[in-house]
Amino acid sequence: MTDLRELYQQVVLDHNRSPRNFRSIPHATRTAEGTNPLCGDQIMLYVVLEGDLIRDVAFTGSGCAISQASASLMTAAVKGKRKEEAEALFRAFHAMVTGGPESEPDTSALGKLAALAGVRQFPARVKCANLAWHTLHEALHGSDHPVTTE
Amino acid sequence: MRDVATVRRDFPVLSGTANGKPLVYLDNAATSQKPRQVIEALTRFYTDENANIHRGVYELSQRATLAYEGARAKVQRFLNAADPHEIVFVRGATEAINLVATTMARSRLRPGDEVIVSAMEHHSNLVPWQIACELTGARLRVIPMSDAGELDVEAYEALLNDRTRLVAVAHVSNSLGTINPVRTIARMAHEVGVPVLVDGAQAAPHLLIDVQDLGADFYAISGHKMFGPTGIGVLYGRAELLDALPPYQGGGEMIRSVTFEKTTYAPLPAKFEAGTPHIAGAIGLGAAVDYIRHLSWEWIAQHEHDLLEHATRTLTAIPGVRLVGTARAKAAVVSFVMDGIHAHDIGTILDQEGIAIRTGHHCTQPVMDRLGLPATARASFAFYNTRDEVDALARGVERVREVFG
Repeated sequence: MTDLRELYQQVVLDHNRSPRNFRSIPHATRTAEGTNPLCGDQIMLYVVLEGDLIRDVAFTGSGCAISQASASLMTAAVKGKRKEEAEALFRAFHAMVTGGPESEPDTSALGKLAALAGVRQFPARVKCANLAWHTLHEALHGSDHPVTTE
Repeated sequence: MRDVATVRRDFPVLSGTANGKPLVYLDNAATSQKPRQVIEALTRFYTDENANIHRGVYELSQRATLAYEGARAKVQRFLNAADPHEIVFVRGATEAINLVATTMARSRLRPGDEVIVSAMEHHSNLVPWQIACELTGARLRVIPMSDAGELDVEAYEALLNDRTRLVAVAHVSNSLGTINPVRTIARMAHEVGVPVLVDGAQAAPHLLIDVQDLGADFYAISGHKMFGPTGIGVLYGRAELLDALPPYQGGGEMIRSVTFEKTTYAPLPAKFEAGTPHIAGAIGLGAAVDYIRHLSWEWIAQHEHDLLEHATRTLTAIPGVRLVGTARAKAAVVSFVMDGIHAHDIGTILDQEGIAIRTGHHCTQPVMDRLGLPATARASFAFYNTRDEVDALARGVERVREVFG
């Protein structure tokens, strides 16, 4: 029961109910689509990249509370960050959620992203938490992709 | 007459736990649990009778052959097929359908021909036909369904024409529970000379099946969904139709004579059983069929109807819960969604209570698209489930509401 409360804590439920940066960016320089074919979670990620600065980032899509809250928390965390800083956050986040039920994750660098630490108790849900981050990784490593204003 | 407590004692897994709670197994449409009679049949075969079949002159091989062919006869009686040669052992319903789709594509389908499927097919009775159509230039036509999950029989009638080569339809929908009017569908197809393939994977564990009475020309079932082992299934086909199809796979067992110039094929069913089959699996399936028959269909139907009614009543009484799939004729499958709560979150929270359900699109993405849903939660029952387990499910769903406030 405490595991469930940790997984679905208020921050997660709040970001699920009212996701931040939930919109498309018509002038995005990078976009990427992430899907979880097994469960149907789907996310479209929009990034405005200036040099290696993430000037703006937003997402649309649908999925479970964990995937939605993770995308919302991620966009809030990486906006205004450099590419490398975002990648470092992904590494720390990934280590936190994949550490396994017995781990005592170091969340000092993660800020609000630590709200998803409970995912480590639920191996079946790790992919939900990671979907947005994998999609961001793809967007940042793709080529410049100006969206037409058509 | 049976009582469910006695039946449950035959299924070792059901007395186990999950997440520290008594296991409540409600994912029977994905796979069913196995009674010890099936488990023991597998052990007995490997312990006492293991040998390859149909070739040894020695006694052990003859015993293995007898056991394997005995299982075929049991399945023949189970489906009321006219002849045991009409029973082809395959890996499962998926392979059964692929067998027909592949061999029809190689021999019968031409550009402009049409194959009819329904809007509620499992991917296994959809994708093989898409592939067959792609290979041959044939066209896939789809019988639409209502919001409740019932096929539009009038629209189906309008789809039938002189280009139609086959109708492929599920007997019972895995994601909605709908029992389709297969007898009517077959009669209408036969009036214009079109054969019908029925995907019976979800029907075999719940309904008395009589392929001759239904008018099914092909009928596909999976052993593991009907209390038998994984990796074994059956394609029933009317002998005349199976005879007319070319072989599916080449290899040992399926030949009459082989030279480099010319190979002739074995008669049914060996023609479609290339290679050493899943002998133990077939014997296990035979044991599963025996098990179902000893329970009696009257008891199974009555008990599952009671579970379905109880689950429907209990879940619809919970605010924010909506059932998906409300056909008049339904098997014991209850798909549902909850306001503002995704199916996966429902699944995780129920899992903490030891309740196993399926969440997602259930390999029926077109059904989800048709209903405008990303996913549903699905509880699917078998004859060993109880009213108490339905109540546990309802309490779990209340718990989901609490967690999500």
